[in-house]
Amino acid sequence: MTARHAPLGGRFISLPVVIMALFAMVAGFYLYHRFVYGLGSVTNLSDGYPWGIWIAIDLVVGTALGCAGYVMALMVYILNKGEYHPLVRPAILASLFGYGLGGIAVMIDLGRYWQGYNMMLPWLTNVNSVMLETALCIAAYITVLMIEFSPVFLERLGMTRVREKLNRFLFIIIALGVLLPTMHQSSMGTILVVLGHQLSPLWQTPLLPLFFLISALFMGFAIVIFEAVMSSVGFRRPLEGEVLGKLTGIMAWVMLGYLVLRFLDVVYRGSFGLAFDGSTQAIMFWLENLTAVIAVALVLPKANRFKPHLMFVCACMILVSGTIYRVNCYLVGYDPGDGFLYFPTVGEIMVTLGIFSLEILLYIAFVKNLPILHTPQSAYEEEHPHPAEASGSATGSAGTARPA
Amino acid sequence: MAINRRAFLKGMAADGAAGAAAVVTIGATGEAVAGGGFQRTPFEMPADAVGLLYDSTLCIGCRACQAACKEANGMAAEVPTPYQDWNEGLWDSPTDLSGDTLTVIQVYQDGNMAVKDRAEDGYAFMKRQCMHCTDASCVSVCPVTAMTKDPVTGVVIHHEDRCIGCRYCVLSCPFGVPRYQYDDPFGAITKCQLCTNVPDQEYSACAMVCPTGATLYGRVDDLKAEARLRLAKDPGAEHAYPRGRIGGDNEPNVAPIPVYQDDFYGDNILGGTQCLTLAGVPYDRLGLPLEAPDFSYATLTEGIQHTLYRYMILPAVVLGGLVTLAWRNSRRHKPEDWD
Amino acid sequence: MVGAATRPDPRPAESPDEFGDLDGYVGALGGLTRRDFLKFCTGIAATLGLSPAFGVTIANAATSPRRPPVIWISAQECTGCTESLLRAYHPTIESLILDHISLDYHEVLCAGAGHQAEEFKHRSMEENWGQYVMVVDGSIPTRDGGIYCKIAGETVLDIARHTAEGAAAVIAIGSCAAWGGIPASDPNPTDARPASDIITDKPVVNIPGCPPNPYNFLATVLHFLTFNELPGLDEKNRPRFAYGRLIHENCERRPHFDAGRFAREFGDPGHRQGWCLYQLGCKGPETYANCPAIGFNDVGESAWPVGIGAPCFGCTEQGIGFTKSLHSLSSVQSLTPPTAFPRIVETSDTGITPAAAALAAGIGGAAIGAGAVLASRLAKHAPAEGEGPGNEGRREDR
Repeated sequence: MTARHAPLGGRFISLPVVIMALFAMVAGFYLYHRFVYGLGSVTNLSDGYPWGIWIAIDLVVGTALGCAGYVMALMVYILNKGEYHPLVRPAILASLFGYGLGGIAVMIDLGRYWQGYNMMLPWLTNVNSVMLETALCIAAYITVLMIEFSPVFLERLGMTRVREKLNRFLFIIIALGVLLPTMHQSSMGTILVVLGHQLSPLWQTPLLPLFFLISALFMGFAIVIFEAVMSSVGFRRPLEGEVLGKLTGIMAWVMLGYLVLRFLDVVYRGSFGLAFDGSTQAIMFWLENLTAVIAVALVLPKANRFKPHLMFVCACMILVSGTIYRVNCYLVGYDPGDGFLYFPTVGEIMVTLGIFSLEILLYIAFVKNLPILHTPQSAYEEEHPHPAEASGSATGSAGTARPA
Repeated sequence: MAINRRAFLKGMAADGAAGAAAVVTIGATGEAVAGGGFQRTPFEMPADAVGLLYDSTLCIGCRACQAACKEANGMAAEVPTPYQDWNEGLWDSPTDLSGDTLTVIQVYQDGNMAVKDRAEDGYAFMKRQCMHCTDASCVSVCPVTAMTKDPVTGVVIHHEDRCIGCRYCVLSCPFGVPRYQYDDPFGAITKCQLCTNVPDQEYSACAMVCPTGATLYGRVDDLKAEARLRLAKDPGAEHAYPRGRIGGDNEPNVAPIPVYQDDFYGDNILGGTQCLTLAGVPYDRLGLPLEAPDFSYATLTEGIQHTLYRYMILPAVVLGGLVTLAWRNSRRHKPEDWD
Repeated sequence: MVGAATRPDPRPAESPDEFGDLDGYVGALGGLTRRDFLKFCTGIAATLGLSPAFGVTIANAATSPRRPPVIWISAQECTGCTESLLRAYHPTIESLILDHISLDYHEVLCAGAGHQAEEFKHRSMEENWGQYVMVVDGSIPTRDGGIYCKIAGETVLDIARHTAEGAAAVIAIGSCAAWGGIPASDPNPTDARPASDIITDKPVVNIPGCPPNPYNFLATVLHFLTFNELPGLDEKNRPRFAYGRLIHENCERRPHFDAGRFAREFGDPGHRQGWCLYQLGCKGPETYANCPAIGFNDVGESAWPVGIGAPCFGCTEQGIGFTKSLHSLSSVQSLTPPTAFPRIVETSDTGITPAAAALAAGIGGAAIGAGAVLASRLAKHAPAEGEGPGNEGRREDR
């Protein structure tokens, strides 16, 4: 088994790593201000926009990007598509960081973080609160992700016995790892239903939970593809082209289904006219959906899905579309109706940038030191530099994981 | 070779009914939404609920309510940035509700502002404070029950010692009432609690000091009756406007009835509010949402939530399916295939 | 209004040399020194809202050898207006009636009495027909032919009509003459009417007040003498210089109103601390007069009802004084709400800063750029070859 997952090794320090570390340090400076002088000193948050990009991007988009582990677990363990197995470990690692740092972003954003533990006190439970459900779900899911990821450490530490014991009930953890994101990703949409007329009808619908769930799925697919391409480019590794091509197809179909539902919903509720009033909201609506339409159109011809650059562009555009959708729901489409304006400050943007930088830093550090990435043949790179061949081989190797 | 939609669905079908577990939630949501039966029953107002009746036509903009509120709640004077060059902090001049201002008098202005309580070329005052909704969004959304509704008086109370500062209440309130102190590293959420939080305060300070009776305190039923009485009288007819609280000792303010809107605000909209508003200009000009349903938005979220999570049956079923599948699939593989 | 050849040029004197022969009228200044007299005239100019340079013009007019005759008709009145006028100190009443105007008939102040006085009045009216100033003091009863107020066997109704015919200007002094006042209060047994109801063919200048501030009357008279025309009037024919603004707007207690500090009953702590009297029924917010600005009796500031803790009862305002109940609240007549009130929707200033916009645009641009570079490399080369832009693109995009 260690043959299939191996640490990358190599030097950790490189120029991108240094730059990202700098971003993280700048974020630290702003966080110092936030905790010493209050939220108002760093952010543009107001009573009209009590939630800014730390929630909308760091948490809501961040966890959607962290859905890599969710979709891969769904594909491999529940739908039994073993050929995607090589993508599972990096996906779970990405999820762990996506969710973990999303959780940290929430703690930064909480106005009274020192009382944050109140969420866990049973006598303060509000069963009506979507947010409580979401928060507890996310907290539980982070725990689940850690357990899912623990074999990596156990492998590294050589604790085989513990690993075997863990394996016996891992299927329960995996089931939870699929259930929990289903719950909280949809709930992130339900959170907004209570905004009522304050959220533009272009986004406000009782189907919000459904849309958030589907967007978590296609963003999860997209981030898996994105990450695989980036890893292969960044770490000079072969691309698992065949597997990723199939995944691109699934992603495109999910996205298409979502788009149909999305437009049907807007038209059915009679709000489609708002998309043509030339407002910022209308522009953002089209930006969100046209990106998705183009992304789907790009890979609709089957052959295109297996071209690395189109696969990559499609994944990027779907990530952008999903990001815009979530930001639209949480910020752009929201109008408190009191003359409030919101645009993030430099401080907010730098903290967000810092958190994402930190996430990537940790990712690099982990894959270089722990058995995460899939390595079918150790001397592969020298022999087969071309992605097309590389993907063929990779699929073949992964295929052995399937039962005959 | 490549998985297409067909294969995707087939794969799910092959894995049995429980194989569709992941999409059960999706289906349930859609069904519930389509059926429309997911809405939670709206709450009823407590029989002895108390509130305020604010009559914009009586208001003279003296801001006695604002000053009394600050004093009663011990809050700091506020000078917004645009005023700071001439106001050195001696004069409390908030422009909006804020972490330090629980009630504020704002003005609607149109055209040459010649006539009070006229929509065109006129002006009108508006008092903002917590509306104490019958079915309050803030109470529904708070993850730690830091917002509660008093079962007897119906006053929406904030418990600072529970609050985690997530500001979901700020976001969700359709009237934009709860506010957070962003400039304080240990900031808190603030909102009007009808002075139930002030020791030895008989009733709301704002109503107590209002010289004209524009802000009137009382049982909501009495307030509604008073509002209907005013609406029923012909414009110009004398009316003895109670001052302070309904049934209190204060001399009434005898003044003619103005031209009101057709109905008072807060009877049913958004599930009804305990603080009512009467005005001569359309309520949306005073910042009160008119394009809103007769139920609280909280009934929708809670409906969706409780449809999906009733007794946790659905999640349990889904989890059961997922566990079965994961277990079955794990049996097909060697342990090494699993992480 | 009426051509009077003897009147001086109503333009301000351009230099002190253009003074009339002031020093020749030492006696005419009623014991005032020249310096004091000029100060008085400048003061009158200030009351009228004129440039101090007009003081000289006013002085010239007031000392004109041909003093304008004034016929003062007293109807249903209490003599309060006259009493008030008697307490004017610049000028004193005697200098006014002896030197500035020729008060040919005034029932209280006439030197003569009875037939003698009446005869003098008739002679003066005949001599100055079309040139005298008529002052009406008190309301005029009209019920039963006006028999409820008679002077020298003639009803005041007839006297007023007749006198008005030959008047160059008609001034109604006091609230009774202006609006009807106390005699016209419900149930109005004599059907008392204001002067303007009786004299309809000429503009009647109203100087309302109970009593009116004497300087509002003096300034109006001297304006007429000086410029040969009446001062600017409002829609209720009140001189705008005196009745143009709400008492509420100039009231020294206004800050208490704006801060919501009200006396709630007489003698309570708020009342003793000089708080706003609105809640005690002060009619300042709906009454137009200059009381807070000039005060009464030349004893300094705050010598007016509100200044000494008595709510304004709206004596100068038609339909307020003697009509509304004393302790009923006034309806605030601010023409526009103060600008310091926040609007319903105040646009917040936490918008886009250039730095933040540039940063966001930079990140977006870098992400798109890096993505495009990476995609084109992927299209051409093996993925293993593109390290640099790869990391770049990933950082930015996520």
